[in-house]
Amino acid sequence: MSERVNLDKNFSDPVGGAKVSEAKAEAALPALGPMGMLRWAWTQLTSMRTALFLLLLLAVAAVPGSLFPQRPANPSVVTQYIKDNPDYGKLLDTLQLYDVYSSAWFSAIYLLLFISLIGCVVPRAIAHYKAMRSQPPRTPKRLSRLPEYGTLVIPSDAGIPASDAISSAAGVLKERGYRVEVRDSGGERPSLGAERGFAKEVGNLVFHTSLIGVLVSVAIGGLFGYSGQRILVEGDTFVNTLVGYDQFTPGTNFQSGQLQPYSVQLDKFDITFDRESEGKVGQPIDFSAAVTTKENPDAPAQKEILKVNDPVTLGGTSIYLTGNGYAPVVTIRDGEGNIAMQGPVVAKLQGDNYYSSVVIKVPDAKPEQLGFAGFFLPTAFVSNEGISFSGDPELFNPQLTLNSYYGDLGLDDGSPQNVFELDVQDLTPLNARNLDAGGITLAPGSSYTLPDGKGTISFDGVKRYIGVDIHHNPGQLYALIFALLAVAGLILSLYVNRRRVWVRTGTHADGRTMVEYGLLARGEDHRLAAEAAAVRKLLSEEWKLDPEPGPDGPSQQTPSSARDNNAGPAATAGAATTPAGPTGPEKDQ
Amino acid sequence: MPYGINETMGQYSELFMLLAAGTYTVAFIAFAWDLAKSSKALRAIDLKAAQAEEPARVPVGARAGDRSESQLAGPAGRAERPSSSAAQAAGNGAGGVVTADADMRYAGERRAPARVAVALTVLGALIHGAGVLTRALGAGRVPWGNMYEFLTTGAFVAVAVFLLVLIRRDLRFLGTFVVGLVIIMLVAASVAYWTPVGHLVPALQSYWLIIHVSIAVLSSALFTLTFAMSALQLVQARRSKAVAAGGADKLGFMRLVPSALSLENLSYRINAIAFIGWTFTLMFGAIWAEKAWGRFWGWDTKEVWTFVIWVVYAGYLHARATRGWTGTRAAWLSIVGYLCVIFNFTIVNQFFNGLHSYSGL
Ligand code: HEM
Repeated sequence: MSERVNLDKNFSDPVGGAKVSEAKAEAALPALGPMGMLRWAWTQLTSMRTALFLLLLLAVAAVPGSLFPQRPANPSVVTQYIKDNPDYGKLLDTLQLYDVYSSAWFSAIYLLLFISLIGCVVPRAIAHYKAMRSQPPRTPKRLSRLPEYGTLVIPSDAGIPASDAISSAAGVLKERGYRVEVRDSGGERPSLGAERGFAKEVGNLVFHTSLIGVLVSVAIGGLFGYSGQRILVEGDTFVNTLVGYDQFTPGTNFQSGQLQPYSVQLDKFDITFDRESEGKVGQPIDFSAAVTTKENPDAPAQKEILKVNDPVTLGGTSIYLTGNGYAPVVTIRDGEGNIAMQGPVVAKLQGDNYYSSVVIKVPDAKPEQLGFAGFFLPTAFVSNEGISFSGDPELFNPQLTLNSYYGDLGLDDGSPQNVFELDVQDLTPLNARNLDAGGITLAPGSSYTLPDGKGTISFDGVKRYIGVDIHHNPGQLYALIFALLAVAGLILSLYVNRRRVWVRTGTHADGRTMVEYGLLARGEDHRLAAEAAAVRKLLSEEWKLDPEPGPDGPSQQTPSSARDNNAGPAATAGAATTPAGPTGPEKDQ
Repeated sequence: MPYGINETMGQYSELFMLLAAGTYTVAFIAFAWDLAKSSKALRAIDLKAAQAEEPARVPVGARAGDRSESQLAGPAGRAERPSSSAAQAAGNGAGGVVTADADMRYAGERRAPARVAVALTVLGALIHGAGVLTRALGAGRVPWGNMYEFLTTGAFVAVAVFLLVLIRRDLRFLGTFVVGLVIIMLVAASVAYWTPVGHLVPALQSYWLIIHVSIAVLSSALFTLTFAMSALQLVQARRSKAVAAGGADKLGFMRLVPSALSLENLSYRINAIAFIGWTFTLMFGAIWAEKAWGRFWGWDTKEVWTFVIWVVYAGYLHARATRGWTGTRAAWLSIVGYLCVIFNFTIVNQFFNGLHSYSGL
């Protein structure tokens, strides 16, 4: 039974050899020189206990990522958080608590875990390969010590000598899927050893190896993938080139040549709002974007529908519907009467019912640049306190309320600005509620003339826009394949049972053939007793015996059956019951 | 376009939930009564036995000690792991500590209150099932689209799983716990999370909702059972230790509960199934996330906690194969795993911002 104890410390030896060898390994610390120290460290790292420790550590280390805002998900929230918590915000940053999953300490834990995993899997795979090719272990001297043990007696008039009995037992076990070796078949006490359930260990190895596969696939995605965002107003076309994106996040090894110049045009965007369920009226229940796509500039156009949970795939990327809103269309003429800006302005969602903020920057206005900031409400209401709010997400009473400014917008020096924010510090207000001119309130079709001849603004209509995310992840498919492999391995490993059976026969002086058998499981196996009963039944049928001898018959009881039951009725001793205890030996280490 | 809402069905559903909660409450009382009554009966039997052979208790501790020593001597000792604590060795079969049948099969004796309790639980489950069904019909979709529905449907699955296991194993000692928890879930659903029948937000309109959430709920129900068993395992181990050391048996009702070792073994087997379920939950969640948001993993808070739970239970499975970590420590890991499940469901759903925040409050 100890054929692989030394090779494979992670498997236990039912009789305890593994513990001895592990104890030795642990005690091997002193005076071994650098190589010895290294070997000792490796043994420690690849021990089951370290694996457990690292696993638990990984679980703990993942938690802070859910407590603090994370940069990759939301960089601006992190910046705000640091501002809001001047006392410890910076400190947390030093500890990489805003980048938990790429932090040095988190990476260290999972890398160590995976090194340990490799150090664990490789020797086990070798050992298992050898075990699969070697013969079942030798027959123990005393089968009665095994957790499942029984005897059968073939009467002398059946005419089955010990050697025949052992070969027919071998046949029975082979049929049941065991690998069998018969020993000493011509001798006085012929015996056989049989083993099955190698798939358990194979499953375990596949599981652990696939985890490495998943990790590598994720890394590949990070290296060669990319993602980006774009806002499309109805009528807009996105072309998949770097300039086509509003925001672009390349993987570490990204090359712009990877981008296939496909195009996507948003034709129409429809939303269905809930009009029936109480308390939820106005909640959107369906988003649907009609788009026209072209694989290449010269390819034929195709009509497709883009929905939440239903991305459009194009040129090796997937396009996802992730946001939407209203874009009021405005025309702004400057002080000289020329059209300085015309078109839809993307309004950013701020509150319920598409209450959105609007910022319009008009750098082309002359003689002075113009800026507008305010709100767009699809269904404007004014409360008794004079606060306006949006009463409905649909365009029942659209309204644009704006303040206006003139001066230098600060765009000319080329430094990037947030299009959704207007920095009014260097601007002079023209319209605001607290000024004589008041604020600007526009309904579709109306226009307003700015004070001091600075120009006019007209509100021409409203369009809808959508936000799309575009992703390319070359590791994704592999991650899925490895994940599926992992589950398959896991199921094998948890549900296949590795079992050994030994049978020994002998001829009694009075001509009867005595048969004894014993079973042993590797690892947790609550059904070993059932297996023993099944084997017993098959053997009895083979020799046409009564499988359940009377009370005075030869010993057939599982010697261990008394162990669990003190309260239960004695009847549980029958071979068909399954004691819940681990009938198998302890896996240890 | 999702189809119409049926308010009347929704109202029936709420009525059923209320009736179910009421029925469960009576079942709970019956289960508690069973515990009290049986432990009294068992104590009486014990007392008689003790009067008959007074000195029987003394050698128990000693015996427990050499049992683990004698591990190699023969199969009789194999029920105990060499690594399990002495408490467990003592808990099993040693004369002083009485525990229920170890393989949790039904024994011969009749426990009338327990039968009543189970019958009531079945009745409650039927009504509860009707409640879940009418909710689904009322909304025209699967009944797990918001916290209220997660709770009511989850509670139903927990009861159903419990009753299914009861067919084969006598886990009636878990009755007070499971039914008690289910009552809490139903009450919390109606009081704190009540939501009228409604449509799903677009983010949830996907067949992955059906697959991903149903497996998550099922695994959680299994984790609920193992949590209860692990908690009882700890209590039982302590009790056995105390009794083995010659102390008085203060927790008489624990006689109805099997030994710590049998609890550990059965909960391991259930945890193994639940772990596979949770692995699927994680994977299907990732596939869905890819469909919905364009990335299969993004460390969103909900994803983080699903991962943490997975790793903790992986740790649990490892612990069961690691020397010195079986028994009590493994039970603690199982408990910690379940606390994470609860945390993930309650706190994370409500207070943590993330992409999953639409769970609907
Ligand atoms: C990425 C980290 C790991 C995870 C998520 C993980 C997960 C699991 C799971 C779920 C099981 C139970 C199912 C089965 O038996 O196949 C298991 C078993 C096992 N793992 Fe790991 N493991 C990890 C790393 C390791 C490492 C580093 C080692 C080696 C030191 C290791 C050694 C084992 C062994 C020996 C078993 C079999 C235990 C038994 O027979 O029940 N694992 N692992």
